[in-house]
Amino acid sequence: MSETPVTRAAAATPKRVARRIKGLSDRAIAWIFVAPTIFLLLAINIFPLIWTINLSFTNFKANRIGREVKNVGLRNYERILTDSDIWLNMQATAHFLFWTIFFQVLIGFTLAYLINKKFKGNDLWTTIIVLPMMLSPAVVGNFWKFLYQPQIGLFNYIVAFFTGKDPSSFEMLGSVQLAPWSIVIVDTWMWTPFVMLICLAGLRSIPDYIYEAAEVDRASKLRQFFTITIPMVLPFLMLAVLFRGIENFKMFDLVVQLTGGGPGSTTELTSINLKREAFEKWRTGYASAYAIILFVTVFGLASIYVKALNKVKER
Amino acid sequence: MKNLKLASVSALTVAAASMASTAQAEDLTLCWAAWDPANALVELSKEFESQSGHNMSFEFIPWPNFADRMLNELNSGGKLCDLLIGDSQWIGGGAENGHYVKLNDFFDKEGISMSDFADATVYAYSTWPKGTPNYYALPAMGDANGWFYRKDWFARDDIKAAFKDATGRELAEPKSQKELLEIAQFFQGREIDGKTVYGASIFTERGSEGITMGVTSALYPWGFKYENTPGSYDMDGAVNSPEAVEALEFYKEFYETATPPGYTNSYMGESLDAFKSGQVAMAMNWFAFFPGLYADPNTGGDKIDFFVNPPQNQAGSTLGGQGISVVAYSDKQDAALEYIKWFANPDVQAKWWSLGGYSAHNSVLNDPGFTDSAPFAGDFLEAMGSVQDFWQEPAYAELLLAMQKRLHDYIVADQGTAQEALDKLVEDWTEVFEDEGKL
Repeated sequence: MSETPVTRAAAATPKRVARRIKGLSDRAIAWIFVAPTIFLLLAINIFPLIWTINLSFTNFKANRIGREVKNVGLRNYERILTDSDIWLNMQATAHFLFWTIFFQVLIGFTLAYLINKKFKGNDLWTTIIVLPMMLSPAVVGNFWKFLYQPQIGLFNYIVAFFTGKDPSSFEMLGSVQLAPWSIVIVDTWMWTPFVMLICLAGLRSIPDYIYEAAEVDRASKLRQFFTITIPMVLPFLMLAVLFRGIENFKMFDLVVQLTGGGPGSTTELTSINLKREAFEKWRTGYASAYAIILFVTVFGLASIYVKALNKVKER
Repeated sequence: MKNLKLASVSALTVAAASMASTAQAEDLTLCWAAWDPANALVELSKEFESQSGHNMSFEFIPWPNFADRMLNELNSGGKLCDLLIGDSQWIGGGAENGHYVKLNDFFDKEGISMSDFADATVYAYSTWPKGTPNYYALPAMGDANGWFYRKDWFARDDIKAAFKDATGRELAEPKSQKELLEIAQFFQGREIDGKTVYGASIFTERGSEGITMGVTSALYPWGFKYENTPGSYDMDGAVNSPEAVEALEFYKEFYETATPPGYTNSYMGESLDAFKSGQVAMAMNWFAFFPGLYADPNTGGDKIDFFVNPPQNQAGSTLGGQGISVVAYSDKQDAALEYIKWFANPDVQAKWWSLGGYSAHNSVLNDPGFTDSAPFAGDFLEAMGSVQDFWQEPAYAELLLAMQKRLHDYIVADQGTAQEALDKLVEDWTEVFEDEGKL
């Protein structure tokens, strides 16, 4: 009988341990290995989720432990869904989500396409481009805050240089019109490299012989781009959109550092609003209902999206 | 043998004495915000350490995170702090949620009388329910929102002449809120020594309490009231009264016409920076910072002067300041109470003022030399005579955040009218009090 890794592992197992597990089925051994993970999953994810659902029907406040906890039924859900301010937060989140993903995919794919072309200094440029995503969001938020400063900020001076405007005549973070775009710009600056890397992986996975066959068939470069490059990179692009979508739906640190949700509530994304309800106002029951609504929204959208992604991959 | 016994007894006595002293000496932690007066308190507390044998540690949290950090600590029953100098608005929650030790019996036992402290500070920092003789803190740091300005600019002949040309009156400390705005607008965008300067820096911060503290400095002089009848929670007609609307419109005009560009989210730090960098002619901030401002080598000394928040329909200043409480979850309450007893001593209070803390003790405030002891001392006394505080209810955080939102939406984000902002605020606050079972 030839020696396999399994027989080697069996031989190496101490006899006392071997005696104990003798008679256990493969399925039982598999369960022994998987059980700790399942236990952790239940303890860290599932139990808190069920507990949150339970709290969402109450008026519980975590800072008022002695206070009587009443079951309020669907009152918290009703309040949230009929609150016009929360719908404004949802709109701000949708604006942020849509435009960050749009720009990151557009710029990220363009950069990946350019980097994929072999040229001198290719690796150096790749390293430089990915630098922003290596920084902490809090740090990025802080230094962009200085860049956007109307009196001394470099951003305002650059815009002023090209437009001839006075640098202190506009406030990126203080203007209701500009603030939503200011957070889109910073997030795009930071996370476009991530999308670029995924697209680059997709581009490099396309075998050269497909392009060579297309050349033989005298297909133009434009046709090759739309019939080979885009369809074959699409699953990677969709994956990048999924990752960025989930990340930006729960965006918190970067925006808090930049605008704190202001001016007014213009850039108060749902995650910021949720944090205020849960840990500043201490409306735990209400915040739980809010969190469940957001969870269902993300989970529902992500499920639909993953199905679409699988269909694209099957093509 | 006799010597041996004697030696043994001596050794045991020394050991017992040393054990007793070890048992009495505690490591006390005092929690407060990280700002100038906290450094003065560290200096002051050295005397307590040498007298009591206890060691003092300090946990100072930056202001923007102070409430979050400390309220989380209290809500979780944390033992980090034995003593807490908590904001005045926390007193309701501290008392009702059992975070603070009630001090009445201790005060009676130690002969500490609340009548020795300024009435306004006892009411604001120590009592819950408000105005009742139930004490949960000792007034530790009197404070109010005041103003400071570039005295050297105000004294320049060219600027004085330009001001007289522009307004028809002399350039001097404002006697009303409208004069304050007029002066700020005069300085806005003016060239002084080749540099563009601005009117004033005011509070517009969104995240914690900034804009509320700034706006109430306008609301109170206009006669703002939280309720029509105190204790009734009937806010409609009081919170959104015509006077309140006028005051809010005034603050918005101030923000739009007399502050530096980009001051959309500014609070204490930004106000100090704007003044110290020579950007603004005037700035609002807490009296607690005034000793440091006066000592500043660039903009302090004879270049700075101070004034109390100007009146409009009446005198009114926004209350700051804090009381010192013993945390109910501390295992070292006896030692913490010792600190309170020591701190209440008139001599310690006098030293507290001399180091840069704002004593609320009458022996300090009523001293004939007090008003001349610092250039801002008289203004401080005047301000403390007309202070008003925000809600101190257990649900104060909800009430505060609602006001932060409505004010920032109107003033900085320019959404809706002042009337709408205050009407919505009444709705928000009504909902909070309904949840609390008080309406």
